[in-house]
Amino acid sequence: MSDPLLRAVGVRKSYGHTEVLGGIDLEVHKGQVVCLLGPSGAGKSTFLRCINHLETIDAGQIWVDGEPIGFRQRGGKLYELRERDVARQRRDIGMVFQRFNLFAHRTALENVVEGPIRVLGVKPDEARRQGLELLDRVGLAHRADAYPAQLSGGQQQRVAIARSLAMKPKLMLFDEPTSALDPELVGEVLEVMSTLAGEGMTMVVVTHEMSFAAEAADEVVFLADGAVVETGPPSEVLSAPKHERTRQFLARILA
Amino acid sequence: MAAPEPLPIVRLRHWGRWVAAAIIVALLVLLGIALGNAQIEWNQVPDFVFYKVMATGLLNTVVLAVLSQAVAIVLGIVIALLRRSANPVARWFAAGYIWIFRGLPVLLQILLWYNLALVFPVIDIPFLVHEQTNVLISAFTAAFLGLALNESAYMAEIVRAGLNSVDSGQTEAAKSIGMTPAATLRRVVLPQAMRVIIPPTGNDFINMLKGTSMASVIGVTELIHAANNISSNNLLVMETLLAAAVWYMVVVTVAGVGQHYLERAFGQADRGPLARAGKALRGVPLVRSARV
Repeated sequence: MSDPLLRAVGVRKSYGHTEVLGGIDLEVHKGQVVCLLGPSGAGKSTFLRCINHLETIDAGQIWVDGEPIGFRQRGGKLYELRERDVARQRRDIGMVFQRFNLFAHRTALENVVEGPIRVLGVKPDEARRQGLELLDRVGLAHRADAYPAQLSGGQQQRVAIARSLAMKPKLMLFDEPTSALDPELVGEVLEVMSTLAGEGMTMVVVTHEMSFAAEAADEVVFLADGAVVETGPPSEVLSAPKHERTRQFLARILA
Repeated sequence: MAAPEPLPIVRLRHWGRWVAAAIIVALLVLLGIALGNAQIEWNQVPDFVFYKVMATGLLNTVVLAVLSQAVAIVLGIVIALLRRSANPVARWFAAGYIWIFRGLPVLLQILLWYNLALVFPVIDIPFLVHEQTNVLISAFTAAFLGLALNESAYMAEIVRAGLNSVDSGQTEAAKSIGMTPAATLRRVVLPQAMRVIIPPTGNDFINMLKGTSMASVIGVTELIHAANNISSNNLLVMETLLAAAVWYMVVVTVAGVGQHYLERAFGQADRGPLARAGKALRGVPLVRSARV
Protein backbone atom coordinates (compact mmCIF):
# COMPACT_ATOMS: atom_id res chain seq x y z
CA MET A 1 0.00 0.00 0.00
CA SER A 2 1.10 3.59 -0.61
CA ASP A 3 1.95 6.08 2.12
CA PRO A 4 -1.01 6.87 4.32
CA LEU A 5 -2.84 10.18 3.71
CA LEU A 6 -3.17 10.70 7.45
CA ARG A 7 -0.61 9.39 9.87
CA ALA A 8 -0.69 10.05 13.60
CA VAL A 9 2.04 8.78 15.88
CA GLY A 10 2.00 8.94 19.66
CA VAL A 11 -0.38 11.91 19.85
CA ARG A 12 -0.70 13.19 23.40
CA LYS A 13 -2.79 16.02 24.76
CA SER A 14 -3.50 17.20 28.30
CA TYR A 15 -5.65 19.93 29.75
CA GLY A 16 -3.84 20.94 32.91
CA HIS A 17 -3.18 17.69 34.74
CA THR A 18 -5.92 15.78 32.93
CA GLU A 19 -4.55 13.66 30.11
CA VAL A 20 -7.12 13.48 27.33
CA LEU A 21 -5.03 11.69 24.72
CA GLY A 22 -2.41 9.22 25.92
CA GLY A 23 -0.53 8.44 22.74
CA ILE A 24 -2.77 7.79 19.76
CA ASP A 25 -1.50 6.07 16.61
CA LEU A 26 -3.60 6.03 13.47
CA GLU A 27 -3.14 5.57 9.75
CA VAL A 28 -5.76 6.43 7.16
CA HIS A 29 -5.13 5.72 3.51
CA LYS A 30 -6.51 7.63 0.56
CA GLY A 31 -10.17 6.83 -0.03
CA GLN A 32 -10.63 5.15 3.33
CA VAL A 33 -13.47 5.92 5.70
CA VAL A 34 -12.50 5.52 9.35
CA CYS A 35 -15.01 5.85 12.17
CA LEU A 36 -13.88 6.73 15.67
CA LEU A 37 -16.13 5.18 18.29
CA GLY A 38 -16.08 5.23 22.03
CA PRO A 39 -17.74 6.49 25.17
CA SER A 40 -17.95 10.25 25.72
CA GLY A 41 -14.77 11.55 27.26
CA ALA A 42 -12.70 8.99 25.36
CA GLY A 43 -10.93 11.78 23.45
CA LYS A 44 -12.45 11.13 20.00
CA SER A 45 -13.36 14.75 19.29
CA THR A 46 -10.16 16.09 20.80
CA PHE A 47 -8.12 13.80 18.57
CA LEU A 48 -10.12 14.85 15.52
CA ARG A 49 -9.51 18.52 16.37
CA CYS A 50 -5.78 17.82 16.65
CA ILE A 51 -5.73 16.62 13.03
CA ASN A 52 -6.43 20.15 11.71
CA HIS A 53 -4.63 21.79 14.62
CA LEU A 54 -7.69 23.33 16.24
CA GLU A 55 -6.06 21.78 19.31
CA THR A 56 -2.31 21.87 19.75
CA ILE A 57 -0.78 18.51 20.57
CA ASP A 58 1.67 18.12 23.44
CA ALA A 59 3.64 15.24 21.99
CA GLY A 60 3.73 12.99 18.97
CA GLN A 61 3.21 14.03 15.39
CA ILE A 62 0.49 14.17 12.76
CA TRP A 63 1.09 14.15 9.02
CA VAL A 64 -1.49 14.85 6.35
CA ASP A 65 -0.28 13.95 2.85
CA GLY A 66 3.28 13.84 4.16
CA GLU A 67 3.16 17.31 5.69
CA PRO A 68 3.55 17.62 9.48
CA ILE A 69 0.51 19.52 10.77
CA GLY A 70 1.07 22.58 12.95
CA PHE A 71 4.83 22.19 13.05
CA ARG A 72 7.91 22.48 10.90
CA GLN A 73 10.55 19.82 11.26
CA ARG A 74 14.11 21.10 11.25
CA GLY A 75 17.30 19.77 12.76
CA GLY A 76 15.59 17.06 14.77
CA LYS A 77 13.12 19.45 16.36
CA LEU A 78 9.53 20.45 15.73
CA TYR A 79 8.99 24.19 15.50
CA GLU A 80 5.46 25.41 16.08
CA LEU A 81 4.03 27.16 13.00
CA ARG A 82 2.43 30.57 13.04
CA GLU A 83 -1.36 30.62 12.81
CA ARG A 84 -1.13 32.01 9.27
CA ASP A 85 0.91 29.02 8.09
CA VAL A 86 -1.44 26.59 9.85
CA ALA A 87 -4.29 28.26 7.94
CA ARG A 88 -2.62 27.24 4.68
CA GLN A 89 -2.43 23.60 5.85
CA ARG A 90 -6.10 23.63 6.87
CA ARG A 91 -7.22 24.40 3.29
CA ASP A 92 -6.80 20.73 2.44
CA ILE A 93 -8.57 19.40 5.52
CA GLY A 94 -12.33 19.85 5.63
CA MET A 95 -14.20 19.79 8.92
CA VAL A 96 -17.86 19.35 9.76
CA PHE A 97 -18.92 20.29 13.27
CA GLN A 98 -21.51 18.92 15.64
CA ARG A 99 -23.25 22.30 15.81
CA PHE A 100 -22.86 23.07 12.07
CA ASN A 101 -21.22 26.49 12.70
CA LEU A 102 -22.49 28.05 9.49
CA PHE A 103 -21.67 31.74 9.25
CA ALA A 104 -24.90 33.13 10.67
CA HIS A 105 -24.72 36.42 8.75
CA ARG A 106 -24.34 34.81 5.35
CA THR A 107 -26.70 32.86 3.10
CA ALA A 108 -26.18 29.18 2.31
CA LEU A 109 -24.47 30.01 -0.99
CA GLU A 110 -22.35 32.76 0.59
CA ASN A 111 -21.22 30.25 3.20
CA VAL A 112 -20.13 27.86 0.50
CA VAL A 113 -18.27 30.40 -1.68
CA GLU A 114 -16.50 32.22 1.18
CA GLY A 115 -13.54 29.83 1.25
CA PRO A 116 -13.01 29.47 -2.50
CA ILE A 117 -13.19 33.26 -3.07
CA ARG A 118 -11.31 34.52 -0.02
CA VAL A 119 -8.85 31.71 0.58
CA LEU A 120 -8.29 30.09 -2.81
CA GLY A 121 -8.82 33.20 -4.91
CA VAL A 122 -11.41 31.64 -7.22
CA LYS A 123 -13.27 34.19 -9.40
CA PRO A 124 -16.67 35.01 -7.81
CA ASP A 125 -18.70 33.89 -10.85
CA GLU A 126 -16.87 30.58 -11.04
CA ALA A 127 -17.15 30.10 -7.26
CA ARG A 128 -20.91 30.73 -7.40
CA ARG A 129 -21.33 28.21 -10.20
CA GLN A 130 -19.37 25.57 -8.28
CA GLY A 131 -21.16 26.54 -5.07
CA LEU A 132 -24.59 25.99 -6.61
CA GLU A 133 -23.39 22.67 -7.99
CA LEU A 134 -22.29 21.60 -4.50
CA LEU A 135 -25.55 22.75 -2.94
CA ASP A 136 -27.32 20.71 -5.60
CA ARG A 137 -25.24 17.67 -4.64
CA VAL A 138 -26.46 17.96 -1.04
CA GLY A 139 -30.00 18.59 -2.32
CA LEU A 140 -30.24 22.25 -1.32
CA ALA A 141 -29.82 24.27 -4.50
CA HIS A 142 -33.31 25.68 -3.94
CA ARG A 143 -32.28 27.09 -0.54
CA ALA A 144 -29.14 28.86 -1.81
CA ASP A 145 -30.38 32.27 -0.64
CA ALA A 146 -31.65 31.15 2.76
CA TYR A 147 -29.88 32.23 5.95
CA PRO A 148 -28.80 29.49 8.39
CA ALA A 149 -31.52 30.42 10.88
CA GLN A 150 -34.11 29.74 8.17
CA LEU A 151 -32.84 26.19 7.60
CA SER A 152 -33.53 23.03 9.60
CA GLY A 153 -30.64 21.40 11.43
CA GLY A 154 -30.27 18.73 8.77
CA GLN A 155 -30.22 21.34 6.01
CA GLN A 156 -27.66 23.42 7.89
CA GLN A 157 -25.41 20.41 8.28
CA ARG A 158 -25.68 19.60 4.58
CA VAL A 159 -24.73 23.20 3.71
CA ALA A 160 -21.80 22.85 6.13
CA ILE A 161 -20.67 19.74 4.26
CA ALA A 162 -20.94 21.64 0.96
CA ARG A 163 -18.91 24.49 2.48
CA SER A 164 -16.13 22.04 3.37
CA LEU A 165 -16.24 20.34 -0.03
CA ALA A 166 -15.92 23.69 -1.78
CA MET A 167 -12.30 23.79 -0.65
CA LYS A 168 -11.69 20.50 -2.53
CA PRO A 169 -10.13 18.91 0.56
CA LYS A 170 -7.95 15.82 0.56
CA LEU A 171 -9.39 14.74 3.87
CA MET A 172 -12.71 15.36 5.59
CA LEU A 173 -13.17 15.32 9.35
CA PHE A 174 -16.66 14.85 10.82
CA ASP A 175 -17.12 15.66 14.52
CA GLU A 176 -20.37 13.97 15.60
CA PRO A 177 -22.18 15.45 12.59
CA THR A 178 -25.61 14.10 13.55
CA SER A 179 -25.52 14.40 17.34
CA ALA A 180 -27.25 17.78 17.44
CA LEU A 181 -30.02 16.76 15.02
CA ASP A 182 -33.59 15.77 15.66
CA PRO A 183 -33.88 11.99 15.05
CA GLU A 184 -35.91 12.38 11.86
CA LEU A 185 -33.18 14.61 10.31
CA VAL A 186 -30.25 12.27 10.93
CA GLY A 187 -30.93 10.20 7.81
CA GLU A 188 -30.55 13.01 5.27
CA VAL A 189 -27.09 13.91 6.60
CA LEU A 190 -25.89 10.30 6.78
CA GLU A 191 -27.10 9.84 3.21
CA VAL A 192 -24.92 12.69 1.98
CA MET A 193 -21.97 11.28 3.93
CA SER A 194 -22.50 7.80 2.50
CA THR A 195 -22.58 9.18 -1.03
CA LEU A 196 -19.38 11.06 -0.33
CA ALA A 197 -17.75 7.90 1.01
CA GLY A 198 -18.88 6.03 -2.08
CA GLU A 199 -17.23 8.67 -4.27
CA GLY A 200 -13.89 7.91 -2.67
CA MET A 201 -13.51 10.80 -0.23
CA THR A 202 -11.10 10.10 2.60
CA MET A 203 -13.05 10.57 5.82
CA VAL A 204 -12.46 10.40 9.55
CA VAL A 205 -15.79 10.34 11.35
CA VAL A 206 -16.52 10.60 15.06
CA THR A 207 -20.00 9.19 15.45
CA HIS A 208 -22.44 7.28 17.60
CA GLU A 209 -24.36 6.07 14.53
CA MET A 210 -23.46 2.39 14.56
CA SER A 211 -25.39 1.66 11.38
CA PHE A 212 -23.32 4.25 9.51
CA ALA A 213 -20.11 2.82 10.91
CA ALA A 214 -21.19 -0.70 9.96
CA GLU A 215 -22.13 0.22 6.40
CA ALA A 216 -19.76 3.00 5.35
CA ALA A 217 -16.58 2.48 7.34
CA ASP A 218 -13.59 0.59 6.03
CA GLU A 219 -12.20 0.56 9.50
CA VAL A 220 -13.48 1.44 12.95
CA VAL A 221 -11.28 2.56 15.80
CA PHE A 222 -12.54 2.11 19.33
CA LEU A 223 -11.15 4.61 21.81
CA ALA A 224 -11.46 4.72 25.58
CA ASP A 225 -9.71 6.95 28.11
CA GLY A 226 -7.56 8.59 25.46
CA ALA A 227 -6.17 5.38 23.99
CA VAL A 228 -6.95 3.10 21.06
CA VAL A 229 -8.48 -0.07 22.44
CA GLU A 230 -9.30 -1.90 19.26
CA THR A 231 -9.02 -1.37 15.51
CA GLY A 232 -10.37 -3.32 12.60
CA PRO A 233 -13.01 -3.63 9.93
CA PRO A 234 -16.53 -3.00 11.27
CA SER A 235 -17.51 -6.59 10.66
CA GLU A 236 -14.95 -7.64 13.28
CA VAL A 237 -14.97 -4.83 15.81
CA LEU A 238 -18.73 -4.32 15.85
CA SER A 239 -19.83 -7.93 15.53
CA ALA A 240 -17.07 -9.76 17.36
CA PRO A 241 -15.18 -7.33 19.60
CA LYS A 242 -12.06 -8.76 21.23
CA HIS A 243 -11.89 -6.40 24.20
CA GLU A 244 -14.13 -6.21 27.21
CA ARG A 245 -14.36 -2.37 27.00
CA THR A 246 -15.59 -2.57 23.42
CA ARG A 247 -18.14 -5.23 24.30
CA GLN A 248 -19.50 -3.16 27.22
CA PHE A 249 -19.75 -0.06 25.07
CA LEU A 250 -21.51 -1.82 22.21
CA ALA A 251 -23.88 -3.58 24.58
CA ARG A 252 -24.86 -0.24 26.09
CA ILE A 253 -25.25 1.64 22.82
CA LEU A 254 -27.13 -1.09 20.99
CA ALA A 255 -29.41 -1.87 23.92
CA MET B 1 -83.48 25.53 23.20
CA ALA B 2 -82.01 28.50 21.31
CA ALA B 3 -78.41 29.44 21.98
CA PRO B 4 -78.25 32.32 24.47
CA GLU B 5 -77.71 35.78 23.08
CA PRO B 6 -73.87 36.52 23.17
CA LEU B 7 -73.19 39.04 25.92
CA PRO B 8 -71.42 42.30 25.12
CA ILE B 9 -67.81 42.51 26.35
CA VAL B 10 -66.72 45.43 28.51
CA ARG B 11 -62.99 46.11 28.26
CA LEU B 12 -60.98 46.77 31.40
CA ARG B 13 -61.00 50.49 32.20
CA HIS B 14 -57.56 51.97 32.77
CA TRP B 15 -58.40 54.75 35.23
CA GLY B 16 -54.79 55.10 36.36
CA ARG B 17 -53.69 56.22 32.91
CA TRP B 18 -56.23 59.00 32.78
CA VAL B 19 -55.35 60.21 36.25
CA ALA B 20 -51.63 60.19 35.51
CA ALA B 21 -52.15 62.07 32.24
CA ALA B 22 -54.30 64.69 33.99
CA ILE B 23 -51.66 65.25 36.70
CA ILE B 24 -48.88 65.60 34.14
CA VAL B 25 -50.88 68.06 32.03
CA ALA B 26 -51.71 70.12 35.12
CA LEU B 27 -48.03 70.25 36.14
CA LEU B 28 -47.00 71.25 32.61
CA VAL B 29 -49.56 74.07 32.62
CA LEU B 30 -48.25 75.32 35.98
CA LEU B 31 -44.68 75.15 34.69
CA GLY B 32 -45.73 77.03 31.55
CA ILE B 33 -47.35 79.78 33.65
CA ALA B 34 -44.26 80.01 35.87
CA LEU B 35 -41.96 80.28 32.86
CA GLY B 36 -44.27 82.84 31.28
CA ASN B 37 -44.00 85.04 34.39
CA ALA B 38 -40.26 84.45 34.76
CA GLN B 39 -37.81 87.15 33.80
CA ILE B 40 -36.81 85.56 30.52
CA GLU B 41 -36.80 87.52 27.30
CA TRP B 42 -38.26 84.71 25.22
CA ASN B 43 -38.30 86.70 22.02
CA GLN B 44 -34.49 86.89 22.14
CA VAL B 45 -33.92 83.15 22.21
CA PRO B 46 -34.62 82.47 18.50
CA ASP B 47 -32.22 85.26 17.57
CA PHE B 48 -29.47 83.75 19.70
CA VAL B 49 -30.03 80.34 18.18
CA PHE B 50 -28.98 81.76 14.82
CA TYR B 51 -26.16 84.01 15.98
CA LYS B 52 -23.02 83.58 13.95
CA VAL B 53 -20.95 82.57 16.96
CA MET B 54 -23.57 79.91 17.73
CA ALA B 55 -22.98 78.47 14.25
CA THR B 56 -19.26 78.32 15.01
CA GLY B 57 -20.06 76.66 18.33
CA LEU B 58 -22.33 74.12 16.67
CA LEU B 59 -19.72 73.31 14.06
CA ASN B 60 -16.99 72.83 16.66
CA THR B 61 -19.24 70.69 18.84
CA VAL B 62 -20.15 68.40 15.96
CA VAL B 63 -16.66 68.20 14.45
CA LEU B 64 -15.05 67.58 17.83
CA ALA B 65 -17.57 64.87 18.70
CA VAL B 66 -17.42 63.09 15.33
CA LEU B 67 -13.62 63.22 15.15
CA SER B 68 -13.18 62.03 18.73
CA GLN B 69 -15.71 59.22 18.37
CA ALA B 70 -14.23 58.05 15.05
CA VAL B 71 -10.72 57.87 16.44
CA ALA B 72 -12.06 56.26 19.64
CA ILE B 73 -13.77 53.51 17.63
CA VAL B 74 -10.58 52.67 15.73
CA LEU B 75 -8.44 52.77 18.87
CA GLY B 76 -11.11 50.85 20.76
CA ILE B 77 -11.04 48.01 18.23
CA VAL B 78 -7.25 47.85 18.44
CA ILE B 79 -7.24 47.84 22.25
CA ALA B 80 -10.02 45.24 22.35
CA LEU B 81 -8.00 42.97 20.06
CA LEU B 82 -4.91 43.42 22.23
CA ARG B 83 -7.04 42.66 25.28
CA ARG B 84 -8.11 39.34 23.72
CA SER B 85 -4.68 38.53 22.32
CA ALA B 86 -2.83 35.34 23.16
CA ASN B 87 0.17 37.58 23.87
CA PRO B 88 0.28 38.35 27.61
CA VAL B 89 2.27 41.55 27.03
CA ALA B 90 -0.48 42.84 24.74
CA ARG B 91 -3.16 41.88 27.26
CA TRP B 92 -1.43 43.68 30.09
CA PHE B 93 -0.81 46.75 27.96
CA ALA B 94 -4.48 46.92 26.98
CA ALA B 95 -5.63 46.43 30.56
CA GLY B 96 -3.36 49.24 31.72
CA TYR B 97 -4.53 51.51 28.90
CA ILE B 98 -8.16 50.99 29.84
CA TRP B 99 -7.39 51.38 33.54
CA ILE B 100 -5.81 54.81 33.03
CA PHE B 101 -7.94 56.37 30.31
CA ARG B 102 -11.21 55.16 31.79
CA GLY B 103 -10.15 55.93 35.33
CA LEU B 104 -9.33 59.62 35.01
CA PRO B 105 -12.11 62.20 34.60
CA VAL B 106 -12.36 63.51 31.04
CA LEU B 107 -12.03 67.09 32.20
CA LEU B 108 -8.80 66.24 33.99
CA GLN B 109 -7.48 64.50 30.86
CA ILE B 110 -8.35 67.52 28.71
CA LEU B 111 -6.58 69.82 31.17
CA LEU B 112 -3.51 67.57 31.24
CA TRP B 113 -3.21 67.68 27.44
CA TYR B 114 -3.87 71.41 27.38
CA ASN B 115 -1.09 72.06 29.89
CA LEU B 116 1.38 69.61 28.42
CA ALA B 117 3.73 72.49 27.57
CA LEU B 118 4.35 73.01 31.30
CA VAL B 119 6.28 69.76 31.46
CA PHE B 120 7.32 69.24 27.83
CA PRO B 121 7.95 72.68 26.29
CA VAL B 122 9.11 71.13 23.02
CA ILE B 123 7.88 67.98 21.34
CA ASP B 124 10.76 66.34 19.53
CA ILE B 125 10.28 63.09 17.65
CA PRO B 126 13.39 62.60 15.49
CA PHE B 127 12.80 63.07 11.74
CA LEU B 128 9.07 63.62 12.32
CA VAL B 129 8.18 66.47 14.61
CA HIS B 130 10.12 69.27 16.18
CA GLU B 131 7.76 71.92 17.45
CA GLN B 132 6.78 74.01 20.45
CA THR B 133 4.18 72.05 22.41
CA ASN B 134 1.97 75.13 22.65
CA VAL B 135 1.86 75.40 18.88
CA LEU B 136 1.26 71.70 18.36
CA ILE B 137 -1.45 71.23 20.94
CA SER B 138 -4.10 73.87 20.51
CA ALA B 139 -7.16 74.00 22.76
CA PHE B 140 -9.08 72.06 20.13
CA THR B 141 -6.38 69.38 19.88
CA ALA B 142 -6.21 69.06 23.67
CA ALA B 143 -9.96 68.61 23.87
CA PHE B 144 -9.85 66.09 21.01
CA LEU B 145 -7.09 64.06 22.69
CA GLY B 146 -8.84 64.09 26.04
CA LEU B 147 -12.23 63.07 24.66
CA ALA B 148 -10.97 60.53 22.10
CA LEU B 149 -8.59 58.68 24.43
CA ASN B 150 -11.12 58.53 27.26
CA GLU B 151 -13.80 57.25 24.89
CA SER B 152 -11.41 54.75 23.29
CA ALA B 153 -11.12 52.97 26.65
CA TYR B 154 -14.92 52.64 26.80
CA MET B 155 -15.07 51.59 23.15
CA ALA B 156 -12.47 48.88 23.83
CA GLU B 157 -14.80 47.34 26.40
CA ILE B 158 -17.81 47.63 24.08
CA VAL B 159 -15.93 46.00 21.19
CA ARG B 160 -14.59 43.27 23.49
CA ALA B 161 -18.12 42.47 24.64
CA GLY B 162 -19.21 42.36 20.99
CA LEU B 163 -16.38 40.03 19.95
CA ASN B 164 -17.05 37.78 22.94
CA SER B 165 -20.72 37.56 21.95
CA VAL B 166 -19.84 35.72 18.72
CA ASP B 167 -19.87 31.95 19.24
CA SER B 168 -16.40 30.37 19.13
CA GLY B 169 -17.77 27.85 16.61
CA GLN B 170 -17.81 30.65 14.04
CA THR B 171 -14.08 31.17 14.45
CA GLU B 172 -13.43 27.43 14.30
CA ALA B 173 -15.46 27.09 11.11
CA ALA B 174 -13.50 29.95 9.53
CA LYS B 175 -10.23 28.33 10.58
CA SER B 176 -11.35 24.98 9.18
CA ILE B 177 -11.67 26.44 5.67
CA GLY B 178 -8.20 27.92 5.95
CA MET B 179 -9.05 31.54 6.69
CA THR B 180 -6.25 33.51 8.32
CA PRO B 181 -6.88 35.12 11.73
CA ALA B 182 -7.15 38.55 10.10
CA ALA B 183 -9.68 37.39 7.50
CA THR B 184 -11.64 35.53 10.17
CA LEU B 185 -11.91 38.71 12.21
CA ARG B 186 -12.84 40.92 9.28
CA ARG B 187 -15.21 38.58 7.44
CA VAL B 188 -16.78 36.47 10.17
CA VAL B 189 -16.42 37.79 13.71
CA LEU B 190 -16.61 41.59 13.43
CA PRO B 191 -19.72 41.67 11.17
CA GLN B 192 -21.58 39.51 13.67
CA ALA B 193 -20.26 41.47 16.63
CA MET B 194 -21.65 44.69 15.15
CA ARG B 195 -25.17 43.99 16.36
CA VAL B 196 -23.87 44.00 19.91
CA ILE B 197 -21.41 46.86 19.37
CA ILE B 198 -23.64 49.44 17.67
CA PRO B 199 -26.33 50.19 20.29
CA PRO B 200 -23.92 51.10 23.11
CA THR B 201 -21.71 52.96 20.63
CA GLY B 202 -24.66 55.12 19.61
CA ASN B 203 -25.29 55.74 23.27
CA ASP B 204 -21.67 56.75 23.78
CA PHE B 205 -21.75 59.07 20.77
CA ILE B 206 -24.72 60.94 22.21
CA ASN B 207 -22.75 61.24 25.42
CA MET B 208 -19.77 62.44 23.41
CA LEU B 209 -21.84 65.20 21.76
CA LYS B 210 -22.63 66.58 25.20
CA GLY B 211 -19.18 65.82 26.57
CA THR B 212 -17.64 68.29 24.13
CA SER B 213 -19.06 70.99 26.40
CA MET B 214 -16.07 70.35 28.66
CA ALA B 215 -13.86 71.86 25.98
CA SER B 216 -15.42 75.24 26.90
CA VAL B 217 -13.25 75.22 30.02
CA ILE B 218 -10.07 75.59 27.93
CA GLY B 219 -11.65 78.07 25.51
CA VAL B 220 -12.74 75.97 22.54
CA THR B 221 -15.67 77.79 20.93
CA GLU B 222 -18.19 74.98 21.15
CA LEU B 223 -21.87 75.60 21.99
CA ILE B 224 -21.49 76.44 25.70
CA HIS B 225 -18.53 78.71 25.06
CA ALA B 226 -20.44 80.39 22.26
CA ALA B 227 -23.41 80.96 24.56
CA ASN B 228 -21.13 82.44 27.23
CA ASN B 229 -19.62 84.62 24.54
CA ILE B 230 -22.98 86.18 23.77
CA SER B 231 -24.12 86.52 27.37
CA SER B 232 -20.89 88.20 28.46
CA ASN B 233 -21.98 91.11 26.25
CA ASN B 234 -25.68 91.30 27.04
CA LEU B 235 -25.95 89.45 30.38
CA LEU B 236 -28.90 87.39 29.05
CA VAL B 237 -27.43 84.18 30.54
CA MET B 238 -30.60 82.07 30.61
CA GLU B 239 -31.62 83.06 27.08
CA THR B 240 -28.27 82.20 25.50
CA LEU B 241 -28.02 78.90 27.40
CA LEU B 242 -31.51 77.98 26.17
CA ALA B 243 -30.36 78.74 22.63
CA ALA B 244 -27.45 76.32 23.14
CA ALA B 245 -29.91 73.79 24.61
CA VAL B 246 -31.96 73.95 21.41
CA TRP B 247 -28.92 73.00 19.35
CA TYR B 248 -27.96 70.16 21.69
CA MET B 249 -31.45 68.69 21.38
CA VAL B 250 -31.33 68.98 17.58
CA VAL B 251 -27.94 67.30 17.31
CA VAL B 252 -28.78 64.55 19.79
CA THR B 253 -32.09 63.83 18.05
CA VAL B 254 -30.38 63.53 14.68
CA ALA B 255 -27.82 61.14 16.21
CA GLY B 256 -30.61 59.07 17.76
CA VAL B 257 -32.37 58.68 14.40
CA GLY B 258 -29.07 57.78 12.76
CA GLN B 259 -28.46 55.11 15.37
CA HIS B 260 -31.89 53.63 14.74
CA TYR B 261 -31.17 53.15 11.05
CA LEU B 262 -27.65 51.82 11.66
CA GLU B 263 -29.02 49.21 14.04
CA ARG B 264 -31.61 48.21 11.51
CA ALA B 265 -29.01 47.86 8.75
CA PHE B 266 -26.75 45.66 10.86
CA GLY B 267 -29.58 43.66 12.36
CA GLN B 268 -30.82 42.66 8.92
CA ALA B 269 -28.20 40.03 8.13
CA ASP B 270 -29.36 37.89 11.01
CA ARG B 271 -32.70 36.36 10.17
CA GLY B 272 -33.17 34.52 13.43
CA PRO B 273 -36.57 34.67 15.14
CA LEU B 274 -35.11 36.93 17.85
CA ALA B 275 -33.80 39.39 15.30
CA ARG B 276 -37.12 39.36 13.45
CA ALA B 277 -39.00 40.08 16.65
CA GLY B 278 -36.55 42.86 17.40
CA LYS B 279 -37.08 44.37 13.98
CA ALA B 280 -40.83 44.28 14.34
CA LEU B 281 -40.59 45.92 17.75
CA ARG B 282 -38.31 48.63 16.47
CA GLY B 283 -41.01 49.64 14.02
CA VAL B 284 -43.06 50.88 16.98
CA PRO B 285 -41.73 54.34 17.85
CA LEU B 286 -42.37 54.14 21.60
CA VAL B 287 -40.47 50.90 22.13
CA ARG B 288 -37.60 51.90 19.93
CA SER B 289 -35.24 51.89 22.88
CA ALA B 290 -36.38 48.48 24.03
CA ARG B 291 -33.69 46.18 22.70
CA VAL B 292 -34.33 42.55 22.02
